[in-house]
Amino acid sequence: MIALLLRDIRLAMRAGGGFGLGVSFFLIVVVLVPFGVGPQSVLLAKIAPGMLWLGALLACLLSLDRILALDWEDGSLDLLATSPLPMEGVVSVKALAHWVTTGLPLVAVTPVLGLLLSLPEAGYKWLIISLFVGTPALSVIGTFGAALTVGLKRGGLLLSLLVLPLYVPTLIFGAEVARRGADGFDTTTPLLMLAGITCGTIALLPFASAAVLRVNLR
Amino acid sequence: MNLNALWEYANPKKFIQTTDRVLPWFAGLAAVTLVGGLIWGFFFTPADYRQGSTVKIIYLHVPSALMAINAWLMMLVTSLVWIVRRHHVSALAARAAAPVGMVMTVIALLTGAIWGQPMWGTWWAWDPRLTSFLILFLFYLGYIALWEAIENDDTAADLTSILCLVGSVFALLSRYAVNFWNQGLHQGASLSLDKEENVADVFWYPLLVCMAGFVFLFIALVLMRTRTEIRARRMRALLARERMGV
Amino acid sequence: MMPELGKYAEAVLSSYAVAIVLIVGLITVSVMRSNRVKKELQQIESKVKSNG
Repeated sequence: MIALLLRDIRLAMRAGGGFGLGVSFFLIVVVLVPFGVGPQSVLLAKIAPGMLWLGALLACLLSLDRILALDWEDGSLDLLATSPLPMEGVVSVKALAHWVTTGLPLVAVTPVLGLLLSLPEAGYKWLIISLFVGTPALSVIGTFGAALTVGLKRGGLLLSLLVLPLYVPTLIFGAEVARRGADGFDTTTPLLMLAGITCGTIALLPFASAAVLRVNLR
Repeated sequence: MNLNALWEYANPKKFIQTTDRVLPWFAGLAAVTLVGGLIWGFFFTPADYRQGSTVKIIYLHVPSALMAINAWLMMLVTSLVWIVRRHHVSALAARAAAPVGMVMTVIALLTGAIWGQPMWGTWWAWDPRLTSFLILFLFYLGYIALWEAIENDDTAADLTSILCLVGSVFALLSRYAVNFWNQGLHQGASLSLDKEENVADVFWYPLLVCMAGFVFLFIALVLMRTRTEIRARRMRALLARERMGV
Repeated sequence: MMPELGKYAEAVLSSYAVAIVLIVGLITVSVMRSNRVKKELQQIESKVKSNG
């Protein structure tokens, strides 16, 4: 299992897909926001938590189809299916690898991007906490979407259509934590809900993803 | 009735034969109750003292919203039946119901927007109920798109039913998340059993007829569309066999 | 015969129009597809039978 995880992370790094692409996309989205809504820092500070969450979510979405597509093409997914590792384990490891190569770097660059959007000082801590807690859910849900669309030739757009509605609760609670934090309110309730969603998806969704993957490999 | 007898209808041929007899009845009932209820509601009910004549929109809005949710519930049940007992009719019924449910969602959203414009002074507000319906619409879109995208019938049935299960959980989660995120403008349920909250009798009886009409319309449409899906599936199977034979 | 709709006539009429158009459209599409598939299936079945 650990070998698989290391292999996936190594592959993602070598292809430049994980670290590089997601983070650059996040950067570009954040740079584009002021062009869209105007440069007034008061307005930017107000929407910064939500925009940063939305940017992170989209950056995460961008790299989802890479989770399984490459392994599907070169047949290593079939090998993994026949290996002693249960399918649930495989998809969990894939999701973890995706989080390490996409989610974590996004969390790491958020402070810099928060600066660009003049995020209020109180917001940094909560934004980073909420992203740290919330992005694993994004990766796990995304793996489910990737497993659904893995056999399709042009699954990219369909993948977004399927995954984005599933992201709604995570986004709502995550952005709520960041917004309340930035405004100096109590963040306990949404943070607990966010953590609950993350734990729930990590615990349960791999079974659905594995079932879907087995159907697709049939 | 013995429960085992119910599974016999899962045989496609039996299903077609039975619905042949039943479908005209449901279609007729749907036509009578729907047209009757809407005419009753539109022509023979008074205007509300606060809402004026816009109260007449309720006869479309509430039943369609009801069916939008019930259609998804029906898809959830038929998906479960497909996963557990693998009856093809069940999977095809879920596929047949999805577009009907989506149209119901659209009707509920549009009539709500048209009602909201004079009443709330806005076409759209990010109210929890409105938002949840918009999210429900997105779920319908994704579900239908997945059916369309996959060529193999059984694979498509498997994947969409799992999506339906997972989607149901997330739709419920979204409902609570959205409630938490914004307090609403929308009035309480029109259908609660608590008499105090309920709409007055003058509006209630035609509304009941309209709801019955939407239910029958839904049943008739789903039966017809399921028959179509069964035939289309048989057609694909025959074509495939023919191609292999030549 | 037309009921008194007052100043909200536009809203009421347009919502009825929208809903009726959508419902009728849904029914039409379903019926048309049903008939088309039925006819095509009959054609194929008769062809399969004649082929033996």
